[in-house]
Amino acid sequence: MNSEPTRNDSLWQPDRQASRTSEAIVRTIFGAFALVSVLTTIGIVGTLIFEMFEFFQEVPFWNFLTDDQWTPLFPTAEFGIFVLISATARTSTIAVAIALPLGLFAAIFLSEYAGPKTRQIVKPLLEVLAGIPSVVFGYFALLFVTPLLQSFIPILQGFNALSAGLVLGISITPLVASLSEDAIFAVPRSLRDGAYALGATKREAIVSVVLPAALSGIVSSIILAVSRAIGETMIVTLAAGQNPSLGLNPFVPIMTMTAFIVQVSLGDTPAGSLAYKTIFAVGMTLFLLTLVLNIFSFWFVRRFREKYD
Amino acid sequence: MVNESAQIATEPALRAENLNVYYGSTLAVREVNLKIPKNKVVAFIGPSGCGKSTVLRCFNRMNDLIPTARVTGTISFQGTNLYAPSVDPVELRRRIGMVFQKPNPFPKSIYNNIAFGARINGYKGDMDELVEMSLRRAAIWDEVKDKLQESGLALSGGQQQRLCIARAIAIAPEIILMDEPCSALDPISTLKVEELIHELKQQYTIVIVTHNMQQASRVSDLTAFYNAEALEGGSKVGYLVEYDRTTSIFHNPAEKATQDYVSGRFG
Repeated sequence: MNSEPTRNDSLWQPDRQASRTSEAIVRTIFGAFALVSVLTTIGIVGTLIFEMFEFFQEVPFWNFLTDDQWTPLFPTAEFGIFVLISATARTSTIAVAIALPLGLFAAIFLSEYAGPKTRQIVKPLLEVLAGIPSVVFGYFALLFVTPLLQSFIPILQGFNALSAGLVLGISITPLVASLSEDAIFAVPRSLRDGAYALGATKREAIVSVVLPAALSGIVSSIILAVSRAIGETMIVTLAAGQNPSLGLNPFVPIMTMTAFIVQVSLGDTPAGSLAYKTIFAVGMTLFLLTLVLNIFSFWFVRRFREKYD
Repeated sequence: MVNESAQIATEPALRAENLNVYYGSTLAVREVNLKIPKNKVVAFIGPSGCGKSTVLRCFNRMNDLIPTARVTGTISFQGTNLYAPSVDPVELRRRIGMVFQKPNPFPKSIYNNIAFGARINGYKGDMDELVEMSLRRAAIWDEVKDKLQESGLALSGGQQQRLCIARAIAIAPEIILMDEPCSALDPISTLKVEELIHELKQQYTIVIVTHNMQQASRVSDLTAFYNAEALEGGSKVGYLVEYDRTTSIFHNPAEKATQDYVSGRFG
């Protein structure tokens, strides 16, 4: 007896043309949505570049790099971008100095030492920290951290880089912790076993095998955190002040690049004026800084990532 | 059935008595009794889930790293019970080395793959010499001597596994445990590792878990056959069926289950 079903082609009549058409429609729809993000990026970069060129029609590029004052709204305007960069560098350096040890140690603790119970409590807490709006962090820095620090650093001014940087660091810690933990967690168990089988203690296995194996992920998490710190606006605007000052002193009011953009954008600066064009030059500088960091991160990860199958 | 006469009169390197291993509340392996004689190669064979790897991982307390694992019974190593509270598993693992199923070189240079174990164990001698000697003994020196600073991960699978054996030898263990060391390797690499095992037997006691019965018959002096039996509720428990000279296990086994397994009727 033949158990095969009999072949009857007349029962199978797929509409190939209709399915080809619907495939094409779906493809177009998804393509269009993908295109939106590409066009947005091109639009933003294009605007930045266009307005930046307008700016450099009026202000020599050399002055932009070498002036030691930032006074674009004064009658005797000076445009020393390094005044703003030095401010951003101060807050970001302090922030990374806080977030790097805090985030990395938290990540090591969570992935290597914490029991399942502890992790269940600590991880959501970190996520809550990541979800706090930055304006809240800003007021926390201004109204709590600064007075606290002033009690033992009397020269600390009401607006300063130090407390803005500290709180900025706390605000990016969850980012470092979470991404570093992913990188550490991704190190295969077989590598840890290999270390233990050679008589490594837990600390030796972590320091000599697990962390080097996770290095590329950890470094890229830190670079992402630096980019975030450079671009952070609310905390530094609220807590660090609006006073452009060149230098490295963290105790005085400063004006970061983002804070300047806020200041001009909130004012009644007419479109097309020099002050208006200035914010695009500053925005372009910000964009280039984070772009360089991201390219470095991309290169570093590709160079140092280990492949395990 | 365990043939006492086969287990050679000399003081055994390892002796397991009434060894039971639990994962959580599930018994994984029950009542294992066996002696591993010095300077012999002992093969553990048996179907999947029979507990041969589990027993192997008791010998250097790697099972301690699995939070739910629990061991009862004793394993004597030079007169002391490995599971006595006074024994430090970290110290123990320096003396009983292990090679894993999948080659797991560290993401470090070939040189540092070898030097790592020596450094953490406080080796005070000439590191270059130790690296060379270990690589030579693992029969991989000629292939890597010109690229000691390259990553261990850049080697082929078979070379990686010999690097891992060199790494284990470098800390001068007394016993080397091998958990299916050739299962991820091609036939030629497998042959090289087997030749290496023959060489290493002169100096080390080797316990090797293998799925490959030809391999067991080629490399081992003694063979332990494990099997698993189903319990009520669907879980399986492994046990030692028969332990004897390899030739006896393969040609004249005492148990029918062994006969069936080595002749390929199941497993």
